[in-house]
Amino acid sequence: MDGNEAAARAAYAYSEVVVLYPITPSSPMGESCDAWAAVGKKNLWGSVPEVVEMQSEAGAAGAAHGALTTGAFTTTFTASQGLLLMIPNMYKIAGELTPAVFHVAARSLATSALSIFGDHADVMAARQTGWAMLCASTVQEAHDFAAVSHAATLRARIPFLHFFDGFRTSHEIQRVSLLSQDDLKAMLDGWALRAHRRRALDPERPVLRGTAMNPDVCFQAREAVNPYYSHCAEAVVHAFARLEERTGRRYGLFDYYGPADAERVLVLMGSGAGAARVAAEAAGGKTGVLVVRLYRPFDWRRFIGALPASTRAIAVLDRTKEPGAPAEPLYLDVAAALEEHAAEGSPRFGGTRPTLIGGRYGLSSKEFTPAMAAAAFAELAKAAPARRFTVGIRDDVSRLSLDYDEAAFPEDPSATGAVFYGLGSDGTVGANKNSIKIIAEETGLNVQAYFVYDSKKSGSMTVSHLRFGPGELLTSDLVRKARFTACHQESLLTRVDVLERAADGGVFLLNTSAPAAEAFARLPAAVRRGLVERKMKFFVMDAAAVAREAGLPGRINIPMQAAFFALAKVVADPASAMKHAIEKTYGRKSEELVRKNCAAVDASLARLAEVPVPASLPETPVPAPVHEDVPEFVRSVVRPIMAGRGDDLPVSALSADGTFPTATARYEKRGVADEVPVWDQRWCIQCNKCAFVCPHAAVRVKAYPAASAANAPGTFKAVAWRGRDLPEGTRYTVQVAPEDCTGCGLCVEACPAKNKEETRLKALNMAPVAPLVAAERENFAFFERLPDAPLAGVSNASVKGSQLRTPLFEFSGACAGCGETPYLKLLTQLFGDRLAVANATGCSSIYGGNLPTTPWAKRPDGRGPAWSNSLFEDAAEFGLGYRLSYDVKERRAKALLAARAKDVGEALARELLDANQDDAAGLEAQRARVARLRSALGSPTDGELKDLLALADSLVKKSVWVVGGDGWAYDIGYGGLDHVLASGRKVNLLVLDTEVYSNTGGQASKATGRAAVAKFAASGKPTARKDLAALAMTGGGAYVARVAFGADDTQTVKAFLEADAYPGPAIIIAYSPCIAHGFDMRQGLAQQKRAVDSGHWPLLRYDPSRELRGEKALQLDSGAPKISFKDYAYRETRYKMLEAADPASAERLLKLAQADVERRWRHLAGPGGGA
Amino acid sequence: MDLSTRYLGLMLENPLVPSACPATESLDNLKRLEDAGAAAVVLPSLFEEQLRQDERSLRHWVSHGSEQHPESTSYLPVPEDFTLGPDQHLERVRRAKESLGIPVIASLNGETPGGWSAYAERLAEAGADALELNIYRVAADPDVPGERVEEDALTVVRDVRKRIKIPLAVKIGPYYSSLANMAARLVSAGADGLVLFNRFYQPDIDLEALEVRSRLLLSGPQAQRLPLTWIALLHGKVRGASLAATGGVQNHEDALKMLMVGADVTMMAAELLRRGPGHVKTVLDGLTQWMEEHEYASVAQLKGSMSQRACADPAAFERANYVKTLSGYHV
Repeated sequence: MDGNEAAARAAYAYSEVVVLYPITPSSPMGESCDAWAAVGKKNLWGSVPEVVEMQSEAGAAGAAHGALTTGAFTTTFTASQGLLLMIPNMYKIAGELTPAVFHVAARSLATSALSIFGDHADVMAARQTGWAMLCASTVQEAHDFAAVSHAATLRARIPFLHFFDGFRTSHEIQRVSLLSQDDLKAMLDGWALRAHRRRALDPERPVLRGTAMNPDVCFQAREAVNPYYSHCAEAVVHAFARLEERTGRRYGLFDYYGPADAERVLVLMGSGAGAARVAAEAAGGKTGVLVVRLYRPFDWRRFIGALPASTRAIAVLDRTKEPGAPAEPLYLDVAAALEEHAAEGSPRFGGTRPTLIGGRYGLSSKEFTPAMAAAAFAELAKAAPARRFTVGIRDDVSRLSLDYDEAAFPEDPSATGAVFYGLGSDGTVGANKNSIKIIAEETGLNVQAYFVYDSKKSGSMTVSHLRFGPGELLTSDLVRKARFTACHQESLLTRVDVLERAADGGVFLLNTSAPAAEAFARLPAAVRRGLVERKMKFFVMDAAAVAREAGLPGRINIPMQAAFFALAKVVADPASAMKHAIEKTYGRKSEELVRKNCAAVDASLARLAEVPVPASLPETPVPAPVHEDVPEFVRSVVRPIMAGRGDDLPVSALSADGTFPTATARYEKRGVADEVPVWDQRWCIQCNKCAFVCPHAAVRVKAYPAASAANAPGTFKAVAWRGRDLPEGTRYTVQVAPEDCTGCGLCVEACPAKNKEETRLKALNMAPVAPLVAAERENFAFFERLPDAPLAGVSNASVKGSQLRTPLFEFSGACAGCGETPYLKLLTQLFGDRLAVANATGCSSIYGGNLPTTPWAKRPDGRGPAWSNSLFEDAAEFGLGYRLSYDVKERRAKALLAARAKDVGEALARELLDANQDDAAGLEAQRARVARLRSALGSPTDGELKDLLALADSLVKKSVWVVGGDGWAYDIGYGGLDHVLASGRKVNLLVLDTEVYSNTGGQASKATGRAAVAKFAASGKPTARKDLAALAMTGGGAYVARVAFGADDTQTVKAFLEADAYPGPAIIIAYSPCIAHGFDMRQGLAQQKRAVDSGHWPLLRYDPSRELRGEKALQLDSGAPKISFKDYAYRETRYKMLEAADPASAERLLKLAQADVERRWRHLAGPGGGA
Repeated sequence: MDLSTRYLGLMLENPLVPSACPATESLDNLKRLEDAGAAAVVLPSLFEEQLRQDERSLRHWVSHGSEQHPESTSYLPVPEDFTLGPDQHLERVRRAKESLGIPVIASLNGETPGGWSAYAERLAEAGADALELNIYRVAADPDVPGERVEEDALTVVRDVRKRIKIPLAVKIGPYYSSLANMAARLVSAGADGLVLFNRFYQPDIDLEALEVRSRLLLSGPQAQRLPLTWIALLHGKVRGASLAATGGVQNHEDALKMLMVGADVTMMAAELLRRGPGHVKTVLDGLTQWMEEHEYASVAQLKGSMSQRACADPAAFERANYVKTLSGYHV
């Protein structure tokens, strides 16, 4: 199991109340608790814990505080920004000496960029709250220390923050020896439990807690807690002792590894400890490692006592950065300890205070390897070591980084490393999780598995790192020299260096349809060279054929797993083990699936073939580099990251403030689709719906002057423009970007034009991409160069007109068929040139802003959306800030212009001040005037004119849009959203409502429909969906629209235009089908229609300004429900699975959900009303 | 008046049995049917496709999109155990059996031999008094000869027969080259009765949308001629097997005709969907009244009285009937 599960198992056992809020990488801990509670699993006290999801981590901490102060054993799980939101309550909980445990998968904090990966930035930001902090370094420790924390907190009355490294320990799979219920019980002290109950706030024996104090006594009260902190370490020692009694596993507050006479010692905590120990052992001399377990309260005497008396030099490694501090936190604690000890004459060290240096490592899950630890030891050995350093990166700016040599540290020869390259969608990771379990169960070997994913949500690559061996697998790092390397997808051979981690003489297994005789020749040259140079054995397996023949098309994981076991020779009878696992997975009810999967196991080995690797290769000329017209930043920074070589980039390659250029996704050309749409112009009616629904802007439409297409490539298709709104002779083309398309097929679904000769076909049809890609790549490049026809006469207030505008949101990494991105694309087609986006954290910030590239693009003159992400909870406020800023700058610019009209020309000043910028022509005219203003100003020397020049762009209208998902809008950001709607300011809010926390993996939000199953609502959401539109309308001052582009695209366009034009705040709540709904995303449009037809999602526009014209503010754009809620909902697994899991609940909740729909419709339409 | 009849070895109070259709889906409806006098009920079918697809689709979509992104390694909580559509169906059978006094006949619909027939056993375990196996196959593959189609059907019947001890009815379509021979072979393979006939669902075309519409046309009176003819022909010729008439039975006269040609029970679906469960009582009252008026003492008395074997003009059910009918159209 992984660290999250290991910790959650202990936490669940000790808890009566579990409060939750999802945040990566801690969410699985809460998800496990929710799932256990859903099936009635009991805690140590024989009850099922109350598992309650809150609206934010602040809410979770508040609820935890309340439950704790009234005497329940309470826990929560969090990370990163979530922990920051808990800090206010953490002070309270600690201040009141309340036993509690929060489990944290430690993660970076967002600074110049968000990072979901692991380091100690978050826990270090909580070190001052008065909580004890216990750090687990391994998966086993995550389990043990979770239990120790729960036991010690009750004894000590100090709350415990139990933490381990996020995206290493949290997600690393290891063999874990679980504590039994008896073990867990034995850890607790009965008296301490009862004491916690006795302190509970209770009207039967009332007390007052949480008072306000004055200068006279507050100080003294703070000092009253000191004895508790003095005794806290003892409580942990006590719990460790109990654990040792029960299990034999021995831990200290500080554990030293190394010779007793070591002189050089590394001090660190967390998952890097193992690598440091390996480095210390390899150094073979007087080197050791001190691992910190209990970081707070920092018991300096025990710390000194744990160091060898021979210690002469200490390097403290901190997995965090505190800019501006004299050093990082753990260093400062060690320095203070040495100082305290020095005050007593440093007796432990014979009167000589050891020298102390410190460095940073492993930020945001940067690898930490024995070679890096060895570099620190080497530094310590120097006569004048660097006082401060970093290790693991190349810092060519501050020159703090230590050099290290990976080659000097071969991996443990007794352990086997295996690396597997696959696609997220092909089951490789699942199969490897299964394999490592089989190895652990069948062999008794120690095992370790870790999985690396790329940042895309469609066509993403996964790399699985498996290790197994008889010895302790000390290092928590990626496999560097794999004896077994597998590539589950042939297409990856050209995308990444799949042999980068292959050991000399190792095995390479490839899934390919190529016969063994042709397989070697078919490999890319680099792979051929790699196999020869490394003297590897090469095997092929046609896994797709095995899967197909077994009646499991596409399921390549079983044959590849069988091949791995056959080649790795680690399990005696792998076929039986795999079959046993299959039976366990599918169970008795699924005879057929069990039979087919077992048949696939049996059929696999016949397809496994060895391919001879020649001893040498003929010399091949190195092709000359092709000149490409790409920006320098893309060439030098983006491309290396895309190729998986981001680790090699030096500090100087990265911006110091997190600012990046836009319009970079177009350089990815990921080519993830197997099939792409092909335009059959004979039947096209030029409705442009295909382009409208395309989530990746890979289907484009353009109307252009005929003359411009004179030199079109031979296969380029075009027809005459059908409307009279463009000049005679205008041509029209639907063009697909074949390497940017994800093959979702939504365009084909949206196409209303049927082929009259063969009605299964339309004007767009999917076809295999391979034979098309070369020609269509050229066609798309040509298409992009074509100029637009003069579009002034074609209104953008229609689906057709809007799509003739070039999208400035393109080729994102969103899921194939994403229901959110068409809205963002439309936003850029309508307002892209003046758009400023404040993006809440979530899916849209990940596919919008996760390195290496961004889909936010620019038009040829360089104008386009400006984008930033602040936090998850504050997007509305962040966007309001944009508005306030743009407004004050505009006012200041206008004031300067008015005051200095003579300097710039009275007429120009007047025109600039009075400009109408309501439409595209007006905006462009104003931009032209601003250009004239710049010319007129030249290079002013006068201060005011300098200011005016700096503010000139403020005279061009800005469209501020806050973008986020329902987790933001309904839950964590609702307070801010509500405030902005009430502000009267011109801020637009776009809620991409997937009715679930999509980005963190499908946790319920208040937008989740009643009866839907989601994480944190594993028994089906019992309560109705929050009606955000109704709430927004109650204020009466905001424009409100509810849209679903698949149900009514015209209404969607109207709503966007009206929202932007409305003089005050506006909110659009946009139905967004999501992969988390569990249905074929190609049916996304039909499903949106069903959502509307069932009354689940009535379309509406509410425009308060209509009332001034004597019209009703509310316009209902869809009719009364005409299908049942069930007819909509049961097309999706999120609803359907409750029927499977708990039919009685499903029936009950479905009835209530139907009633919700009817009630809301009555409320909207009024008595007997309708649209 | 003795309306009782023996069907599949079960003694029924009367010969009116609602057939597998949406009208027999909810427990509430089933109770109303019993109150209206239905002698037994056939529950809606558990489909072979449903057995295969429910499982696959749920398993597929529960894990769809998982392991693709570090933040969202899955999207839905995977339950430790889930009850699939068939399990819910079994639960419905169980509840129907608990709540009704009349025999409950479960129905399983399939076309090809396969693991799904194991569900017959589970339907029996759930308490069904009998099983109706509905062999619905559109033999559209030019490479599959008639013998294969017949052999597949017989394999399914033999397979199901082996798995259950409760009575087994087999519902078939009329499209066999030698229906009488096929009927006899089905009985030899283990059928205790035959249900004649399956509806062959024929879709329509939507001219505007250029789409095929599978909208169901409820059967009308013309549909009864086919089962009527074949029951008349088969009555007494399929060793000991019961015959059930289904298709186009709307009123007591239709029911009487079916019984007279040899049906042991007459089934109804379309008319119950049109008129509701209470219609059973109307038909039953009409039947009783007609029999009283015509001085019949029991259903047993009239059953088969107009079958080919018993009627005055046996040729009317065969080719001669065809000649006569056509000649009636002289202009």
